[in-house]
Amino acid sequence: MAQAKTYVRPMAGWWRRNPYFVRYMIREGSSVFLAIYTVILLVGLYRLTQGQAAWAGWLAAMTRPISLLFHWVALITVGYHAYTWWKVAPKTAPDLRFGGRPLPEMIITVGGLAATLGASVLIYVIVRWL
Amino acid sequence: MKRSHEPIFWSLFGAGGVLSALIAPVLIFITGIIAPIGIWMPPEALDYPRVLGFAQHWFGKLLILAVISLFLFHAVHRIYHGLHDLGVHAGTGAMIAAYGSALAGTLITAYLLLAVGF
Repeated sequence: MAQAKTYVRPMAGWWRRNPYFVRYMIREGSSVFLAIYTVILLVGLYRLTQGQAAWAGWLAAMTRPISLLFHWVALITVGYHAYTWWKVAPKTAPDLRFGGRPLPEMIITVGGLAATLGASVLIYVIVRWL
Repeated sequence: MKRSHEPIFWSLFGAGGVLSALIAPVLIFITGIIAPIGIWMPPEALDYPRVLGFAQHWFGKLLILAVISLFLFHAVHRIYHGLHDLGVHAGTGAMIAAYGSALAGTLITAYLLLAVGF
């Protein structure tokens, strides 16, 4: 059977055509950096079970320039994920109502960002001083 | 109608999304940047006895397991669905590989948390 010669719009590089989709791909791409970071933590736990010398080796590897570069990129992309997560939270969260009115979208987003800031400060204080 | 597995995976994705939105940036900043270069964080913060004590405490174990497991389930869900965006029409094999690796990471973490002692 003859193939109909209809125009099919090429999809290669579709997300580079629109800044909205570029941001979408950065957000989704953050998961790759999160996955690699998690594996690094998992390796750290494994080295911890092997004793003091192995743990020191893991710490030393974390100071290498390639490691620092990776963690900077991971921080930026995963930080962007955190921002977008709270940005869409009003759409994805359960319907919260106070006095019959839905909670304003702004409150949910700002509340989430404040929770991230609060948790970050708390963890920093615990790791540094406790 | 065949029942979908999606609600389970979406719940794990969502839980990992919330946990990573809350604490992943600060964890990356501490363990990957300021502790290694020793700025704003004393070098002894990640000393062996201290981190070992954390991993041997029941609450530390719970946190480590939650972080590694939920971060992995969140990430593989996005990577798996992201394949479609890149023009890869992944089948059941890719699905098993994605969620299977998150499950494997969870089981390995649980084993290491037992191996590290109490």
